[in-house]
Amino acid sequence: MTDVIDTLAGIAPGSALDKARNNRPEARKHAQASYDALFQPAAFGSFSKLERFAVAAFVAGLHGREETRDYYTKKLEEAGASPELRVVVSGEVMNGHSSGPYGHYPHGPLTIEDKEGMTYGIGASERHVLGPRLSAAFEHAHMLVLHPRDAAPPSLQELLNAGWSTTDIVTLSQLVSFLSFQIRVVAGLKAMTARAA
Amino acid sequence: MTEKTSEKTLIPAAHTEPVVFTRDQLDWLPWLEPMAEAALTPRHITALVDPPRAKSDYFRLLARDPDILEARTRTDKDIFYNTVGGAPRADRELAAAATSRLNGCIYCASVHARHAAIYGKREADVDKLLHEGVSADLDERWNAIVAASVALTAIPIDFGPEHVERLSKAGLDDLAILDVINAAAFFNWANRLMLSLGEPATTA
Repeated sequence: MTDVIDTLAGIAPGSALDKARNNRPEARKHAQASYDALFQPAAFGSFSKLERFAVAAFVAGLHGREETRDYYTKKLEEAGASPELRVVVSGEVMNGHSSGPYGHYPHGPLTIEDKEGMTYGIGASERHVLGPRLSAAFEHAHMLVLHPRDAAPPSLQELLNAGWSTTDIVTLSQLVSFLSFQIRVVAGLKAMTARAA
Repeated sequence: MTEKTSEKTLIPAAHTEPVVFTRDQLDWLPWLEPMAEAALTPRHITALVDPPRAKSDYFRLLARDPDILEARTRTDKDIFYNTVGGAPRADRELAAAATSRLNGCIYCASVHARHAAIYGKREADVDKLLHEGVSADLDERWNAIVAASVALTAIPIDFGPEHVERLSKAGLDDLAILDVINAAAFFNWANRLMLSLGEPATTA
């Protein structure tokens, strides 16, 4: 059975890290089950496979880790994305490139820790290719990835206005947040392998 | 599907917003409509894993997609509660608290700072992390865990072999290091849900 984290981190069966991961068998099994629930669900419902991999390719791109970026970019292609869409997704990864986490705290003693950063928005021609749903999803995903403490109801209302249902927003939020986990586990495991080498 | 096309975000009732990091118990108020408790099917109850979570707005909101909720919950529980070898609970909770401190999730930090303080019996060190932030000087083992969590949480991700080396020198074996990585990575998941689907409130 495929284990995406093992694949991306290059973990060989029987290696020391394979054994370490086996000591957390439920975490290992359900990290993969999480991937399956998001990317190979029993039913995609109103959040399509193409949309899921478009958001994933964008999110993985923003993290800048080659192994996960290439994986989800390929998945987007396999999901049937047009060349035009793929070009826009890679372009948005560059447009959205930034360092995080940044953002604002509630006004008070923590205000001195506020850190300014990019407010990402999609241009008119790219919006035309992405459509209203993916455009809203990318703008929300960028905030979640880079400055999650700036989250506020208007961002969710933008998604609702763009045709996302409440349930689809839950799935979208899980998808972006899961990738924030998966990409970091892979990065961590790769660092462990590099040190052992 | 019976979703309406013009759904609106929720406006939480009047409450006091916490403006500092704290170990106090906080509430969490949703910005999107959770499922009604009466609407939960056996599938949803299974996905909650702990049936009392049916009382929580947060979990009833996530229950709208039960498959990912269940997989997420079971991942979470093994990372934090499987104490066969590896890092002590306090180390894992510290990684969760440090990640939440850096991302700015006051709610998540409150829960896991409480746990780190209780399991580690180190209230003063945990408060120092909350008040001073992730550069607080604790002791070498905890500094190494906080530094690893920070490097893993940053974008671009800054975590490298040097962080593994420092954890190892601080006395963590491979499984303990994996626990720290899993805990910090998992809170990059949890923080984003908590921060973006609702807001914290002080309890009366």
